[in-house]
Amino acid sequence: MTYEEALGALAAERDDLVVMTAENRAAIRNLPQRLGPRFVDVGICEQTMVGAAAGLALRGRTPVVHALAAFLTMRAFEFIRTDVGIAELPVKLVGYVPGFLSEANGPTHQAIEDVALMRGIPHMRVVCPADEAELLSALPAIVESRSPCYLRFNAMPPAVEHREPFAFGKAELLAAGEEGGVALLTYGFLLREVEQARARLERAGIPVRLVNLRTLEPIDEEAVASAARRSRLVVTIEDHFRTGGLYSIVAEVLVRLGVPCRLHSISLGRRWFQPALLGDVLEHEGFTGPQLANRIRKLL
Amino acid sequence: MSSLASSTAVLAVPGRDSSLDDLPALALRVRERIVRMATGGGCFIGASLSCADLVVHLYSRVLRVTPETLADPGRDYLFLSKGHDVPALYATLAELGFIARERLANHLRTTDSIYWHPNRAVPGVEFHSGSLGHLLAVAIGVALDIRLRGGANRVWVILGDGELDEGSVWEAFLVAAALRLDNLVAVVDRNGFQANARTEELIPLEPLPAKLESFGWSCATVDGHDHAALDAVLGPLRGAPAVPGRPAAVVARTVRGKGLPSIEERTDRWFANFTAAEVEGLVRELHGGTADRLTSPGLVVR
Repeated sequence: MTYEEALGALAAERDDLVVMTAENRAAIRNLPQRLGPRFVDVGICEQTMVGAAAGLALRGRTPVVHALAAFLTMRAFEFIRTDVGIAELPVKLVGYVPGFLSEANGPTHQAIEDVALMRGIPHMRVVCPADEAELLSALPAIVESRSPCYLRFNAMPPAVEHREPFAFGKAELLAAGEEGGVALLTYGFLLREVEQARARLERAGIPVRLVNLRTLEPIDEEAVASAARRSRLVVTIEDHFRTGGLYSIVAEVLVRLGVPCRLHSISLGRRWFQPALLGDVLEHEGFTGPQLANRIRKLL
Repeated sequence: MSSLASSTAVLAVPGRDSSLDDLPALALRVRERIVRMATGGGCFIGASLSCADLVVHLYSRVLRVTPETLADPGRDYLFLSKGHDVPALYATLAELGFIARERLANHLRTTDSIYWHPNRAVPGVEFHSGSLGHLLAVAIGVALDIRLRGGANRVWVILGDGELDEGSVWEAFLVAAALRLDNLVAVVDRNGFQANARTEELIPLEPLPAKLESFGWSCATVDGHDHAALDAVLGPLRGAPAVPGRPAAVVARTVRGKGLPSIEERTDRWFANFTAAEVEGLVRELHGGTADRLTSPGLVVR
């Protein structure tokens, strides 16, 4: 099943669901025929789309809106914060090509502060699926929830074999590691690379705890705290600026809970990445599985 | 999931249908309430007085909404997009029984929600505003849903002319026309001013009706202080669009500070915080008397 098939099936079950787009149809191209007037394309008007979604939600609808992550979370930010956030309306914001997935588009299209922006809005949930399977397992919960939600869209092939069903605020523990080992915390499609790094580190005799966070708001505090308590080093890995993403979230959680640990960020720091095809971006920025393994080993 | 089923029926909501002859007196009472909010911290009095007749006219003669039908999905909606003119709305809601009149005495108090911009803690306020350029988009969503359900109710939005500087308004004008939302009406309070300057001297809007028509809207122009003229232009839009398939715009020509010659069209009296004595003088002026000379300093708050 694809994303659009899953969304179409949900729309068939729920007459409150309205699908909107700011002229980005790649992942929902067959829905206009299927949904008729419940598919609304407003053209390249992200602000108006979000405002109109708030109006639809006021009338009891659950709008699922689509646009490129950079323009949805930044061009329309104040509409999200003011119309959706203040009113706490169940608008579902689907951001395409977030992070490295913008590939060769360049910095205009790089949403690498989207997590920071969206989680800063009270009541907003932030979901970051690792692959299409996780996206599809999260989708019914996202639509069912009465909270506003930002979905960092990713429909890539399986990153790992998933072990646990999706739930808000529940991380997936993919490898338990050992007391005194390394804990790797990540989200989104990078899980695929981090899993490769984990396998390499294990082969080198370094025990690794691997946590796929899945939702960054709410965050699984217990998963974060237990990783910190058991490990000599916690590494957060994300295609996001260092500020406001997973590294910040983990730091906030550990300080609040009073759990001391050594915490390191592998992220984009404070810079935009070199635009190129995805494989080349990963290689250039040092985010392939082997490169990640080497970077982590040097930290030990 | 069938939450929508129960609300698809369009209920016949009676309008208030006040006599036209009653409206000047009602508008005067609303203006007096606005002036009385312009002290003890103050309010955006200039914009409130320019749209007072519009708000009074819409709630008295046009909108099919009453205090009893505020939650009825078949009601007409009014969105106050420019927001800072909310004293006109508070006062109208108080005069027409949507909120207790005593609540206006709570203006700016932490114990109530009667503050400088609209919010939904005040019954009758459909959505919060204050950030300019938002509520035409929100109204599009409401109008879309009404159409999806086959509803006959209509969605009205009051925009400020200064607010039309915001690009998001023009985005929404485009989108509403593209979606053929002919259950949507935008009324522009054309008082000729932004916060600190005349619109035509800062960011000229004219020819405004031609601009709106070129965006695919029908457009009429009306004297926004003349209830007979408002009746002639807004009345027909109560139940049907001016042009089928097109959203309707009405440019209401108004005067900032209307009713108080001593502050009309003055940029330093857009937001005012008068002394109690000045308020009494201004109330006399509203009723045709002479105001005392204003001595409290003019304010530039934006």
